[in-house]
Amino acid sequence: MPPFRPIRFLFAVLACCALPALAVPYLPKDGRQVVEHLPSRADPVQRELLRLRTELNAAPNNVALAATLAQRYIEQARIDGDPRYLGYAEAALAPWWKLAQPPEQVLVLRATLRQSTHQFPAALADLDQAVKRDSGNVQAWITRATVQMITGDFTAAKASCMRLYSRAPQLVVQTCLSNIANVTGQGPASYRQLAASLAAQRDATPAIRIWVSTLLAEMAARAGDVPGAESYYKAALAFDQSDSYLLAAWSDFLLDQGRAAEVVPLLKDKTRADALLLRYALALQAVRSPLAGAQVEALRARFDAAMLRGDTVHQREQARYALALRNQPAQAVQLAKLNWAVQKEAADFRILAETAAASGDAEARKLVADWLNKTGLQDQTVASTLRRLKVAP
Amino acid sequence: MMRALFFALLMVCAGAASAHKPSDSYLVLDVAGKNVAGQWDIALRDLDMAIGLDQDGNGELTWDEVRARQGAISAYALARLQLSNAGAACPLHVTGMLLDDHSDGAYAVLRLQAACAADIDVLDASYRLLFDIDPQHKGLLRLTNAGQTSTAIFTPDSPAQHLAVRDASRWRQFADYVKHGVWHIWIGFDHILFLLSLLLPAVLVHTAKGWQGRDTFRASFIDVLKVVTAFTLAHSVTLTLATLGVVALPSRVVESAIAASVVLAALNNLWPLFERRRALVAFAFGLIHGFGFASVLLDLGLPQASLLLSLVGFNAGVEIGQLTIVAVFLPLAFAARRTFAYRKVVLMGGSGLIALIALVWLFERVCDFKLISS
Repeated sequence: MPPFRPIRFLFAVLACCALPALAVPYLPKDGRQVVEHLPSRADPVQRELLRLRTELNAAPNNVALAATLAQRYIEQARIDGDPRYLGYAEAALAPWWKLAQPPEQVLVLRATLRQSTHQFPAALADLDQAVKRDSGNVQAWITRATVQMITGDFTAAKASCMRLYSRAPQLVVQTCLSNIANVTGQGPASYRQLAASLAAQRDATPAIRIWVSTLLAEMAARAGDVPGAESYYKAALAFDQSDSYLLAAWSDFLLDQGRAAEVVPLLKDKTRADALLLRYALALQAVRSPLAGAQVEALRARFDAAMLRGDTVHQREQARYALALRNQPAQAVQLAKLNWAVQKEAADFRILAETAAASGDAEARKLVADWLNKTGLQDQTVASTLRRLKVAP
Repeated sequence: MMRALFFALLMVCAGAASAHKPSDSYLVLDVAGKNVAGQWDIALRDLDMAIGLDQDGNGELTWDEVRARQGAISAYALARLQLSNAGAACPLHVTGMLLDDHSDGAYAVLRLQAACAADIDVLDASYRLLFDIDPQHKGLLRLTNAGQTSTAIFTPDSPAQHLAVRDASRWRQFADYVKHGVWHIWIGFDHILFLLSLLLPAVLVHTAKGWQGRDTFRASFIDVLKVVTAFTLAHSVTLTLATLGVVALPSRVVESAIAASVVLAALNNLWPLFERRRALVAFAFGLIHGFGFASVLLDLGLPQASLLLSLVGFNAGVEIGQLTIVAVFLPLAFAARRTFAYRKVVLMGGSGLIALIALVWLFERVCDFKLISS
């Protein structure tokens, strides 16, 4: 992790103030009171995880078993939005975690886990090693393209996507490439191409359809095609209503369209995930609900807790929280800049531009202008912000 | 192939989907003297993963289920946290268990107590809770001491923390050593008697007709100042050198030499041997007395982390104790300097008595034999 001295200082300051804010410990009056909800052992997924874990405990050096369990944990982290599973996955890989050249199955898993904690250079090093050992490792190429795209290295990301030709289904290759083209000056064209590819690929699995539809919805919103965006979001939601990434993107779309009232019931029971709690609080604020204050407080407690442990993984959300819910543009723009130094996806660009406009921070404005010049990004969702900043693409 | 691809697709979005918090525990320790009082908040979710809390496995964890496992929770936690001070373990005990709601769920709150063998200067904490199960787990420590707060984070790569107890207690510690210094000079009769022997003639001047009272207070004051300054300078030098371990002398040699110095200083008042050079004598013997002070300081047990602080504190205490004696002695002696009683009873009789006592000490210390206690 790059050493961010200013934020370290902020952590230290907050760390001293934050802990006393903890609630007062108590003794429950009734022994039958339910004090916590845990994953139920009756759940088939939990039973499978437990079975795999028991098997691995008996043979901790079985790399195939460890890789299977780690992969199942990573999937579960994605579904539940619970990062503890990422830690359990790392523990399963413990015998190989510190090796310079671990077995191939471990490399991609380790890269994925490192990426999840924003250790992008380390993740890329693992992926480079994986594709060097086996140039036919589709999973390694896709993950590599993803990490390169998150960090804004579009040339390299495109090269990784190209390696998927003849190795992965056509739709996957097209999605990988369109995703990059869409934020590098070929917005409308890449959107049309990918839409056509999806329409042509009638036998794609639900998982691929959700993925592609979500990306198409985001591309449509960037192109200013509001009805198109809505129909793609709805198509994706028809397959899965629990995917937290999809729910967050759909909520953002609704918030942009002034349809916050629809977000409130959508996210009411999904606030365990920070990203969804953020959208829920934004929606409540937009509809002037008296419930907004409590949710903003809950978010504050979560960000304080993250700062306390020294996490920088949530800076994008935290910048948005500071700007839109706390009305602290100066603090928000600092967070957005720190986040921008690490990741450069469309959502990172948007919060950088919005905090730059709200705070008048010259450095942030320059970062925005430089990025537009470099990439030629076309994005209707930030167009009005860019006009306020007077940095036309 | 499809499974791998499905997995890869999931990963494409993984960077963007932000989730709830990873596992943390919150450890709060308050240090006061030898004792540590603490509170340790550990997520029930984590304890369930580690030792199993949800007995019926229905996912609804009740307080009864948690309470039934209190012994196991305490044993599990205590086996993964060690505190020590200056190499000696400070055994930890759980005195009670409560619950608390954090932003990401319910936590067991363990109340902790630990007692170290000596006052805590540096607290060494070794932590390895959950690291084997979840390497992304972190232990967040807040240490308080006399109103000062410091924080630290335990991770699998930094499971041990060396926590200097804050400045506030350093001042308390400094004050303690000042007290030790004052106390030592007051109860250390050999030092007082040596000093008095040199000071008694300060209000007088030796002439052909014997001891005569000095004319001015100023002259007496200057004489005292010279003696005290010389003595202070000398013993500060050897006290420092001996405490830092630069020079070392056998304590029996030092104690004997101190006794000899008292004998000589007292005899000098009866038969002036070095009347005009008392400051020089004070300096020379002050070097020996410094070794004596050092042995006391070393016996007190010096914390390595604050060696200099203790040394300066102790030395300051010695000076304060010494100056108090001078401040009481000088006005009285000056007022009485022209009286027969002062010159004959106090100076002559007193010095004779001091010389006698010191001779006994000398005999005792040289022969390692106890006649009277000092």
